[in-house]
Amino acid sequence: MNHLDSLEAQSVYILREAFNKFDRLGMLWSLGKDSNVMLWLAKKAFFGHVPFPAMFCDTGKKFPEMYAFQKEYSEKWGLNFIRRDCPPIEEIDPTLPPAARSAARKTEALKRLIAELDLQAVIAGIRRDEEATRAKERVFSPRGENAEWDFRDQPPEFWDQYKTDFAPGTHIRVHPLLHWTELDIWLYIQREGIPLVPLYFSRDGKRYRSLGDMDITNPVASDADTVEKIIAELRGTKVAERSGRAMDHEAEDAFERLRSAGYM
Amino acid sequence: MSASQTITDLAPLKLVIVGHVDHGKSTLIGRMLHDTGSLPDGKVEAVKAMSDRRGMPMEWAFVLDALQAERDQGITIDTTQIFFKTPTRPYVIIDAPGHKEFLKNMVSGAASADAAILVVDAKEGVQEQTRRHGYILQLLGLEQVVVAVNKMDLVDHAKGRFDEVAGEVRDYLASMGITPAAILPVSARHGDGLAAKSENMPWFSGPTLIAALDALEPKPLPVELPLRFPVQDVYKFDERRILAGRIESGKLNVGDTLLFSPSNTRAKVQSIEAWSVNGPVLSAAAGQSIGITLDDQLFVERGHVASHESEPPVQTNVFRARIFWLGRAPLEVGRRYKLKLATLEHPVEVQAIERVIDVSDLSERPADRIERNEVGEVVLRARAMLSVDEFTANPRLGRFVLIDGYDMAGGGLISMEGFHDLRRANAPTSQNITAVETRVTTDARWTANGHRSGVLWLTGLSGAGKSTLALELEQALFRKGWQVYVLDGDNIRFGLSADLGFAPKDREENIRRVGEVAALFARAGVLVITAFISPYRSDRDRARAVAPDLFHEVYVNAGLAVCEERDPKGLYKKARSGEILEFTGISAPYEAPDNAEVEIDTGALPLPQSVEQLLSYVEANFSTKGS
Repeated sequence: MNHLDSLEAQSVYILREAFNKFDRLGMLWSLGKDSNVMLWLAKKAFFGHVPFPAMFCDTGKKFPEMYAFQKEYSEKWGLNFIRRDCPPIEEIDPTLPPAARSAARKTEALKRLIAELDLQAVIAGIRRDEEATRAKERVFSPRGENAEWDFRDQPPEFWDQYKTDFAPGTHIRVHPLLHWTELDIWLYIQREGIPLVPLYFSRDGKRYRSLGDMDITNPVASDADTVEKIIAELRGTKVAERSGRAMDHEAEDAFERLRSAGYM
Repeated sequence: MSASQTITDLAPLKLVIVGHVDHGKSTLIGRMLHDTGSLPDGKVEAVKAMSDRRGMPMEWAFVLDALQAERDQGITIDTTQIFFKTPTRPYVIIDAPGHKEFLKNMVSGAASADAAILVVDAKEGVQEQTRRHGYILQLLGLEQVVVAVNKMDLVDHAKGRFDEVAGEVRDYLASMGITPAAILPVSARHGDGLAAKSENMPWFSGPTLIAALDALEPKPLPVELPLRFPVQDVYKFDERRILAGRIESGKLNVGDTLLFSPSNTRAKVQSIEAWSVNGPVLSAAAGQSIGITLDDQLFVERGHVASHESEPPVQTNVFRARIFWLGRAPLEVGRRYKLKLATLEHPVEVQAIERVIDVSDLSERPADRIERNEVGEVVLRARAMLSVDEFTANPRLGRFVLIDGYDMAGGGLISMEGFHDLRRANAPTSQNITAVETRVTTDARWTANGHRSGVLWLTGLSGAGKSTLALELEQALFRKGWQVYVLDGDNIRFGLSADLGFAPKDREENIRRVGEVAALFARAGVLVITAFISPYRSDRDRARAVAPDLFHEVYVNAGLAVCEERDPKGLYKKARSGEILEFTGISAPYEAPDNAEVEIDTGALPLPQSVEQLLSYVEANFSTKGS
C-alpha cells in the first residue's frame, strides 16, 4: 500500500464507522476540493452509493461557478442534496470581527439544519494541517447541546476506537479527512480524476487555493492551471493554505472562537 | 523531478514526543521545524512578536501553542499534529503533553506513532513522567525510541553529565525491554544537535537528532501474520450483499475459504468489491478497507471475525489483560464495562484485579481497584465466546478499549496465560457435519408443554445438597405436569461416560458431555436439572456456551465446614485421611460462581425452604402461564 492507499483506507474505515453508529447522519458538502474528495471516499466506502444526505449551507455569496458545479454533480453522483439558506448577518453575534461574523452565519445555518433533520452526527471535511485549532481535533468529536466544542476535555481516541457512546443531547462531528494534508488531497484528486470547481485553476495569473464566500476569500498569484502544476506549486510553497481566508487572521483567537462555538 | 519533490509523496513517519513537564518538548519541536525549514513564511516573525508581547526571549514553544488558552498557561494541553520534512522523508509529530492528568492525550497520540522521541532534561535527569511515558510507550508496543538529553547548555555541555543521564535512561528503558535507537545530547533552544552537529559538544560522535530520526523505520503493516478480517458492517445497497471491513492482518484472495468466528461457519470469497478501480480486485492485504461477497449466505454480522481455517483466532470468554486506566471512576472487581475490540462490542465483567503496577519503579502490589492513570493486570470475563488474539501474537486483535457509561475509560492488552483456547473444545472434530434444521421449533414445544425448557445447572461442594435438591424439585415439577429430568453423576457415569475415569482431563470431558446432553434435552423441550460438583468455572462456562439462552447456573452454597460435617457418603473423611486424592474443597479447588443466576444457601436453609426457593425461581423464569 502506498501513502494515498493508506489515507483512503483510513477514511473509508471512519466513514463506515460513522454509518454504522448513526442512523441520522449527514455530510457537509461545501463544494470545495476537500468535500469533493470526501464524497468520492464515501462512494468508495459504500460501493458507489452515498447513503446519507449531502448538505449545503448557502450563504448566497458563493461564486457562480460553485453553484453550477453543485447542480451538475448532485445529479451525476446521485446525491440526496439538501440546501438551506444561512440566516442574515443581523442575527449573528456582533462582537465577532466582520469576516468571522460573516462566516458564523454558516454555523448558525448548520445548527438549524441539525435540529430540523434531528441529526445525530455530521461529517465534515476538516484537516489537521489546515489550521492550528483543527490540529487539536478528534476523528469523532462530541459537541454539547449548542454545538460548542470543548477542546480542553476531548475524549481519548486510539487504536481506531472512536467515541460512539453518548449522553442524550450530544451531537458528533465526524472528520474522515483529519489526517490528510493539502498536498495529499491534490495527489488523490490527480490519481482518482475527481472533478472540481474550475476556480482552483489559474486564470489571468490568479487562482483560489481555498474557496469560501466571494467577499471574504482572495485568490493567490499563480500560473498553475492543471492539477499537475498545482501539485508542483504546493511542493515549493510555504504560504499557508487559508491565507486567503480573511476570517482566520482578524485576531489571534478569531478562528478558535468560531470553532468553539461550532464552526467546522 | 528532484528528490525533494518525491519525498513528500511518501507516508510521513509518525513521531510522538514525550517526557516530563518542562523538559522542553514543545521547544524541541518548534526549533526542529525551524531548523528543517518547515515553518510557513511569517511564522518566525509571529513567534517573535508573541514572545516580545509577553516580555520573553524568543520562545520556540509558541510555534505549537496555537490556542490562546495554552499561551496563557504556558503549557501544551492537547495533542497537536505538525507536519515537517527532512531531505529524507516527511514526518508528522504529535506533541504529547507532560502533565500527569493528560495521559489520555498522550495515549491518543502515541498509539498511532511509529517512533518516539523521549525528551529528558540534562539537569533534572529521569523524572516521574519520564518513567511513566516510557512505560506507556512499551505498553502501546512502540519499540523505536530516540532519547534527546535536552538543555545541555544548562550543564555546560558536560560529557560527564550526559553520560550519567544517558545511563539512567538506558537502564530504565532496558528494564522494560526497550533498547533506544539513539541517545543524544541537544540544546533545543539553541538548535544545538538538532539538524546540525553541535560545536559545543565536540566530544559527541553520534548522529544529530534529525539524522537519528531519518534512520528509523515506519511500523510495518502486519501482512505476514494470520488473516484477521473483522466484519465492520454488512451492506445491501443493491443486489450485492457485501461484508465490509478492514483487513487487520494477513491477506485474503478471491476463492479462499474463510472461517467466521465465533459462529464457526465457513464460506468462500466470491468477489472483492470496489468502486471506481481498474479491473477486478483479486486479493487484498492488511491495512486495506475492503468489501467481499461470499458464495454462501451465512449469517454474519459486525464483530464476527473472518480468518483462514488453519489459523483461527483464540476463542474464549475469559482472559487476562494489562490495563491502563483513564476513567474518572476507578476500575473495580465485579464492575461491568463494554469491551470494544476491533469491531466487536461486548459487555465484560472484572473477575479479578491481579495487581497494580507502579510505573515509576515497576513495583507491583495487590489492589481491589485501579485508579485513573494507573496500570494493572486484570482478569475479564464475558457471557459469550469472544474471538481474540494474544497481544504478543497479533496486536490488532489483542488490544481493546473499555467503555464505562459513555466514556472510553481504558485500554488493554490480552494475555491467555493460565487460560485455555476453548475453540478446540467446542469445535466438532468431524468435518462432514451439517446441522439439521428441525421443523418443530423449541417455541412450539414450549407452547405444547405449557412451560419453557432449559438447563438448571446445580453446582456446589460435595454434600451441599445438589442431588437431594434436584430430585425434590424434579418430583415437585413432575406433579405439576412438567417435562423435567435430572442428570446426576451416576446415571451419566454408568453409560455415556463409562469410558472416563476421574483424572482432571476425564472430569473435564465428563462435564463437557453433560453440558451437551443437557442442551439437547433442553432443546427437546425438557427442563433439565443437572447435579454435578463441576468445580471449574471454565467447565461451567463451556456448558453455558452450548446453549447460552437456556442455561441457568444455580449455586448450591453450603460452607465446607457444613458439608464436611454432613459427609453423607463418608468421602470427606477419606479425603482427609488421604484415601481419596484431589477431592474438591480439601485437596482440589472449588471455584465458586461469580455470576450464577440464583444462589441457594443450603448451609442455612432447611431442605423444604431450599426447594421452595428454587421452585419459585423456576416458576418465575420457566412458566408460560400468564405471560
